[in-house]
Amino acid sequence: MSDLDAFRAEVRGWLEANCPAEMREPVREEGDVCWGGRNWVFKNDAQKQWLEACAAKGYTVPDWPKPYGGAGLTPEQTKIFKQEMKRIHARSPLDSFGIWMLGPALLQFGTEEQKVEYLNPIARGEIRWCQGYSEPGSGSDLVSLQTFGEDKGDHWVVNGSKIWTSYADQADWIFCLVRTDKTNKYQGITFMLFDMASKGVTTKPILLISGNSPFCETFFDDVEVPKTQFIGEVNRGWDVAKYLLGHEREMISGGGAGGDMVSIGGAFAKAFGKNAAGELDDPILRAEMAAFDVDVFAYRAMGERFMDMWKTGRAHPASSNMMKYVGTELNKRRHELVMSGGGSEALEWDSEETKGGARARGWLRTKANSIEGGTSEVMLNVIAKRILDLPGA
Amino acid sequence: MPLYHNDDQAMLKDSVAPFVAEQAPVSHLRKLRDSADATGFSRDLWAQFTEMGLPGMLVPEAHGGLGMGHMEAGIVLEEIGRNLTLSPFLSTGVGAVAALAKAGGTQAGRWLPAIASGEAIIALAIDEGAKHRPDRIATTATRAGNGFRLDGKKSFVLHGHVADMSIVAAKTDGGITLFAVPKDAKGVTADPRRLVDSSLASHVTLDGVEVDADAVIGEVDAGGDILDALLAATRTGAAAEMVGVGQGAMDMTVTYLKERKQFGKLIGEFQGLQHRAAHLYGEMEVARATVMKAQQLLDEGNEGAKLMVSVAKAKAGRAANLAVREGVQMHGGIGMTDEYDIGLYMKRDRALAEYMGDVHYHIDLVARMNGY
Repeated sequence: MSDLDAFRAEVRGWLEANCPAEMREPVREEGDVCWGGRNWVFKNDAQKQWLEACAAKGYTVPDWPKPYGGAGLTPEQTKIFKQEMKRIHARSPLDSFGIWMLGPALLQFGTEEQKVEYLNPIARGEIRWCQGYSEPGSGSDLVSLQTFGEDKGDHWVVNGSKIWTSYADQADWIFCLVRTDKTNKYQGITFMLFDMASKGVTTKPILLISGNSPFCETFFDDVEVPKTQFIGEVNRGWDVAKYLLGHEREMISGGGAGGDMVSIGGAFAKAFGKNAAGELDDPILRAEMAAFDVDVFAYRAMGERFMDMWKTGRAHPASSNMMKYVGTELNKRRHELVMSGGGSEALEWDSEETKGGARARGWLRTKANSIEGGTSEVMLNVIAKRILDLPGA
Repeated sequence: MPLYHNDDQAMLKDSVAPFVAEQAPVSHLRKLRDSADATGFSRDLWAQFTEMGLPGMLVPEAHGGLGMGHMEAGIVLEEIGRNLTLSPFLSTGVGAVAALAKAGGTQAGRWLPAIASGEAIIALAIDEGAKHRPDRIATTATRAGNGFRLDGKKSFVLHGHVADMSIVAAKTDGGITLFAVPKDAKGVTADPRRLVDSSLASHVTLDGVEVDADAVIGEVDAGGDILDALLAATRTGAAAEMVGVGQGAMDMTVTYLKERKQFGKLIGEFQGLQHRAAHLYGEMEVARATVMKAQQLLDEGNEGAKLMVSVAKAKAGRAANLAVREGVQMHGGIGMTDEYDIGLYMKRDRALAEYMGDVHYHIDLVARMNGY
């Protein structure tokens, strides 16, 4: 047995022993996803037990080094770990922007002290982070951001506002892009970290077309931030931000931006039945779903290849933009088909039978996929410029 | 296995890519076309392929081949696609080898070494109408004397008029049986037609063709699995070749966007074209990954291969089609001229897209394999 086979056996055994049955059920509603943090209320004992078991083993962040709360797995081991998790349909023990975004930035740019101080609470699900990037006047043109931190010797005084801060109203800390030099566009931004409980921070949820409020507007009114709380160098936060945006796109890609990777036609046939010929009754919808399935299975192969190449440094550094573009457009298409397939039932907004209009709200939610984290148009710009090397792009 | 080429495969690519580009570039295709060549490919080039060991890549070592896999064959096919090379590699070195190796027995022993040594060209006589419908084969094989009598009409048989042997799929009492029909068999007529891409494909008529019992590839009535192996290999190979065609067209087009000026600007500066080129890049990357996945699953003997092969044929079909259409459009007027190569890419793509099932056929198969 090779080392990797032995590792697989070990993981399989550990998962069997430690993953509660409830945590092998599909995620059905928002509370099923564990985000952790100071104010987290566990949905049930199983969720708590699963998080604690994984955190103790380093499995909430399997590929992070052990001193920072991870399990120190190699890329091959991580892939096996994920396969084994998927095999038993285990839920993610912990989802968080700390794991997906701040963590990778700290691992790349943080000091040893910062890594130990900030990464361990992320891995254990004790501190929930949010991201302060976009501003009302700075969306796609992020570098034009205006939130300003005035230098007061040992601290900055931050004023301004951020928008589209995911779950800011439930987050404990924020990682935030703040302008610290108004004379230098790119080299005048600092990547700051501060507590959302600081004096002068307020949040206001934004009601979206889905009827939900996963995003907030966040206001900073003379917020004091100690001058030790930044990553990388002062005024060089854009480097960190760019790295993180790439990572965010990678995460969206690797996490399956195509959404659920199962056959939509197969799922639809199970739910609504087939005709005497054993086919979906509407031939045109069947054809569209089948064409979509081809793209989904193809994208799944792309996701595998992308991760294999990314983890071993073979991928083009800008290829995560392509993944994000293709995957998010695919997910939007999926939800259009889900709505078509569901017919008038899928239009219901708050009935019990539709779980509170889950399909309609989910469909509307996906429209943000190709806007958040860089619009599809920005992704295409980046591909044109950095990969195809087209002029003047 | 990770989904990228390992060191050996990268080395193979490094030797095959310059070889094909030097020995069989697009000008080679033009030469065959303009000289009204009657063979459909260059025998000299096939001899060079043989020196490189390419015809026997997939042939098991026991039969004198290299015993490589579909991932390796795909590397060669991508270069063939990129250079629009006319060659019997796909039918002989991929499709026929997959069928014979799966079947084993007399015919495998007879033909696999001859393929590996470059002596035998093999044609695949599967289709019978204008569309690929291998589930509706009407050609019959009836028992006669010591062997069988074959009757029927086959179409889209690449190299059918020059092949040393044709693999003929026919209906027998209890199923499908594949036959090795030699070149000189009485009652076989091959009528070669020049296709849009300058390749030659034959209408083959089988009129009371008598073959011995040992002409059966595998077992009587049990040709379904062998046919499946042939189809999976050929479809995956055609998909790999289409990735090469699409990539070649895309590279040529992106280069053109950086050279052509209008309104005082390089046309590649216009966002209207940039976004389309970037979208095409994504589609081509996805198609490439999909084809590699199909190759990998085939090489592993994984049961998921069948689904992925159809996904690959459909996805590569869509992506390469986009590449050649955008290629002609972005080249503008010059893209419509025979002198410029981009139109040749469009023609080859069309032929490959049709070969062994078009996009619609494979999308339908994907639906069936997923139970709807």
